[in-house]
Amino acid sequence: MYPPRFDYYRAASVQEAVQLLQAHPEAKVLAGGHSLLPMMKLRLAAPPVLVDIGRIEELRGIQDLGDRLRIGALTTHWELERSDILARKCPLIPEAAAQIGDRQVRHRGTIGGNLVHADPGSDLPAVILALDGTLHLAGPNGTRQVAARDFFLDLMTTAVQPGEILTAVEVPVLGERTGTAYLKFEHPASGYAVCGAAAIVTLNADGTVAQARLCFNGITSTPFNAQNVTDALVGHTPDDATIEGVVDQHLHVGDPMGDVFASGAYRVELAKVFAKRALKQARDRAQA
Amino acid sequence: MGVPIRVEVNGRVYEHTVEPRLLLVHYLRDVLGLTGTKVGCDTSQCGACTVLMNGLAVKSCTVLAVQADGAQITTIEGLAKDGELHPLQQAFWENHGLQCGYCTPGMILAAYDLLQENPNPTEEEVRHGLEGNLCRCTGYHNIVKAVLDAAQRMREG
Repeated sequence: MYPPRFDYYRAASVQEAVQLLQAHPEAKVLAGGHSLLPMMKLRLAAPPVLVDIGRIEELRGIQDLGDRLRIGALTTHWELERSDILARKCPLIPEAAAQIGDRQVRHRGTIGGNLVHADPGSDLPAVILALDGTLHLAGPNGTRQVAARDFFLDLMTTAVQPGEILTAVEVPVLGERTGTAYLKFEHPASGYAVCGAAAIVTLNADGTVAQARLCFNGITSTPFNAQNVTDALVGHTPDDATIEGVVDQHLHVGDPMGDVFASGAYRVELAKVFAKRALKQARDRAQA
Repeated sequence: MGVPIRVEVNGRVYEHTVEPRLLLVHYLRDVLGLTGTKVGCDTSQCGACTVLMNGLAVKSCTVLAVQADGAQITTIEGLAKDGELHPLQQAFWENHGLQCGYCTPGMILAAYDLLQENPNPTEEEVRHGLEGNLCRCTGYHNIVKAVLDAAQRMREG
């Protein structure tokens, strides 16, 4: 299967990429190509122009900025998985990245492409939302930042405007006594998340929950923040019974997606199971 | 629109002008005549088209030839040296790691990539490392045996 015909331009810098997108309003941005090319081969997308940003060095790499980490949009899942900085300061990202696709896919797919594609079955969106990350965009009018909670607008639709590209993702460094976990029920053939749960638990010195986050991939059209659950956990000692009770009582998924593989009702059940497992694992890691 | 590319495949440099939509797997098979690399599912899942690109295994049905411009590619044709099969090829043969053979080139290159990173993997690591490659014949058992056998041969040099 060939993709439909297109014209190809390779940008050497972010500035050139933005200029090319202005000159070709119908263009799509090509990074690792592991979402876009399959869609083009299936004729789900047929952009007349591709702007290849895959060689722009300034979009690569992971930097430790002290209170936050900056991840260039072109950083591959493989690089996320193997980053020493992330392993020490934000292990949630490598834990999720290692569960994407397979090693060949992870060698090519990028964090920026993943987030901008905004597939609901993708693994990184809920992780970046749980981390309260910030997305950095560059466009014809300069640069701007969008919080993860404002980034995912609908199924495969983000706040990125025509002419803009995602340049980096920043996530805050988590404090002490914090544990994180990403657990996933994956579609057995595609590997996409039918339900993926990202949990962050921060404990007080007395062992009670100081703050927590719980976000899901796969169950709704955009990543779902189960704030009811985490609000109800704060102040409590997070033993197994408490976590299970809070999830059962407070996890309400408004509009779950369903398909031939997993109905909406089944995804909600999965969400409960994975919420409990992920919160317990994050708690255990916070206690360690 | 034609785009000039320069690609090193199995140590030999090729220069061609290609259509942007040409996939790397078709460049290898149809332009260079290296038909060892197979097209299987053509949807980035089965791994039959796996080659090494700058040392890392990739699915060449999901890479444009223009993206491989300047890259070093290794295909199954590039593994044997001076008429000697690579230890992975020898081990697949001796352990019956194939039946129809269609997945084998991709399976061997994915295994090569895995063993570069982890020269002494456990059985579980081999199974996990090859999750991007499907085989419809063997049930994987002898493939895993072959990779573990090859790992030992390669460690012993």
